[in-house]
Amino acid sequence: MYVAVKGGERAIENAHALLADARRGDRDVPELSLAQIDNQLALGVDRVMCEGSLYDRELAALAVKQARGDMIEAIFLLRAYRTTLPRFGASEPAATGTMDVRRRISATFKDLPGGQVLGPTFDYTHRLLDHTLADGSDVAPAATAPADDTPFRSVTDLLGDSGLIEREAAQDGDVGDLTREPLSFPAGRDLRLQNLARGDEGFLLALGYSTQRGYGRNHPFAGEIRFGEVEVEFVAEDVGFAVPLGTVFMTECQMVNQFTGGLTEAPRFTRGYGLVFGQSERKAMAVALVDRALRARELGEEAGSPAQDEEFVLSHSDNVQATGFVEHLKLPHYVDFQSELGLLRKLRAEFAARADQNDIDTNTYVRDAAE
Amino acid sequence: MTAPVYNFAYLDEQTKRMIRRAILKAIAVPGYQVPFASREMPMPYGWGTGGVQVTASILGPDDVLKVIDQGSDDTTNAVSIRKFFVKTAGVRTTTATVEASVIQTRHRVPETPLTETQVLVYQVPIPEPLRFLEPRETETRRMHALSEYGLMHVKLYEDIARHGHIATTYAYPVKVDDRYVMDPSPIPKFDNPKLNDCPALQLFGAGREKRIYAIPPYTQVVSLDFEDHPFEPYRHNARCELCGADDSYLDEVITDDRGTRMFVCSDTDYCETRRALGHVAPAGETEAARDER
Repeated sequence: MYVAVKGGERAIENAHALLADARRGDRDVPELSLAQIDNQLALGVDRVMCEGSLYDRELAALAVKQARGDMIEAIFLLRAYRTTLPRFGASEPAATGTMDVRRRISATFKDLPGGQVLGPTFDYTHRLLDHTLADGSDVAPAATAPADDTPFRSVTDLLGDSGLIEREAAQDGDVGDLTREPLSFPAGRDLRLQNLARGDEGFLLALGYSTQRGYGRNHPFAGEIRFGEVEVEFVAEDVGFAVPLGTVFMTECQMVNQFTGGLTEAPRFTRGYGLVFGQSERKAMAVALVDRALRARELGEEAGSPAQDEEFVLSHSDNVQATGFVEHLKLPHYVDFQSELGLLRKLRAEFAARADQNDIDTNTYVRDAAE
Repeated sequence: MTAPVYNFAYLDEQTKRMIRRAILKAIAVPGYQVPFASREMPMPYGWGTGGVQVTASILGPDDVLKVIDQGSDDTTNAVSIRKFFVKTAGVRTTTATVEASVIQTRHRVPETPLTETQVLVYQVPIPEPLRFLEPRETETRRMHALSEYGLMHVKLYEDIARHGHIATTYAYPVKVDDRYVMDPSPIPKFDNPKLNDCPALQLFGAGREKRIYAIPPYTQVVSLDFEDHPFEPYRHNARCELCGADDSYLDEVITDDRGTRMFVCSDTDYCETRRALGHVAPAGETEAARDER
């Protein structure tokens, strides 16, 4: 008998066995190692760590492998693991000014102290498929120069020296954590930046792009983008001073945006800020654009565009939430659907009865509706 | 990289304490949506993470857990959540409503009346009953604070004006303890009367939306309606073709590719219990059910 379908449990187990089989694929092809993923798909690992809010290359590589390369699934796996970890507190602010820089470029000054450091980048490459990569080839080690310890001053600091850009007020008290407290609106900038750092790259990219096309335009210049290694410090209560925990790779974007000021205040540039784990300039720039767009109200600008709508942006940026809710439509809904069917039949029956009475040809009606 | 060791029922004790505080507040203010710091769970948002967190926080080693989805213990999501708690908490599970101390549900309230020793945990996708009338949380919270529910009545009235009926068939809004308008989760409105004056504690968890709310035992729960258009629960006009029940909510099942249909209880435990007691569907019921069309 068809009814009251039993055996759900076994069906699920079989489906999972099929998944494991498909994940492994052709057994004649060597299996991927985590080190291979970490090294050769490093930017994918970076993204998973950033949106997964957990800096652990090995776990992120495992997540990518387990998710068969599905980035959002990998992010989800890392988030679910992160939940189970105890939280000791917040680190000291990452001193990106003293970053061990691998790449630092500015679009606002032709040259500046420290210079333009191009570093490893796709920029300026021709996007031609490189067939020599297909079969694997030896790559000669890249030339490097000895590091010198000159810190790269941030472009916004250079502008700030002469008061040309707004000062960033330090935040008093604890920074928020939206993984421990539910987000409420209006959200502080700390929570907003946390939300954006965890947010979906594609969603933020599209929102940032929309501001460039006039939906909440804020005249951005890429003041500076830097990528490199930053030390993370944590003040342990027992010790009483900041203890280094290790280093993380980060990408930081400082956008320089249109002026504020007027009669009572000298005009100056405003800022948009983006900071993400690993190397992702696209994401850091998108975060900076959206961060600036979301400051519209604070800066007294007209705010009618999607990227300027805090509740809209922050409520829909999380791809783990979004994918869960979209994909939950795959779950059975037949109880609710039955109720709708019942009502619809009732309404149709009433319609038919009325039509009979008034001698209306229901077929004509149906055809009209279909057209 | 170390292999993770999970606490009883997955969540750490700190998190459980935080959720229990939210639950206590929710019980103290019936129908009010309490924000809580919802955690990422190892199942997707929209698949019961709120309910799972509530269950994980109230579950003890002696509890007996039942999990249903669409009234059934054997649907994929119910199986998955039940297995999750077997794995992480090692609690005893059951499919019998009467044996369970905690029942987690999606979209149904069991047919068998609940008792004072039971807790019913609902999975909630959108906790805000006003959400589809006003998308902004800042606005809806204000509306709740001021008991400003006119918009909801206007919506129901517009349904009547357009269709002659209130066109909400599930997630039908209720008023709890004469104060808060509440979304009972997407249960069919057939189930709404079971919420009223219920001896069991009813808890609602919305993970993605980070809200918990509650109906304490023996609380008045009224489905919104109008004097001239009173609330009426809907049920297919048929009997279950397996156990003959004429009082249970029915699922319509299509049995062949010519559209032949039959009706069976949505609550599989209720149906099985009745059949074990010797109830059978009267002969010819299939025809009668078909005529209902």
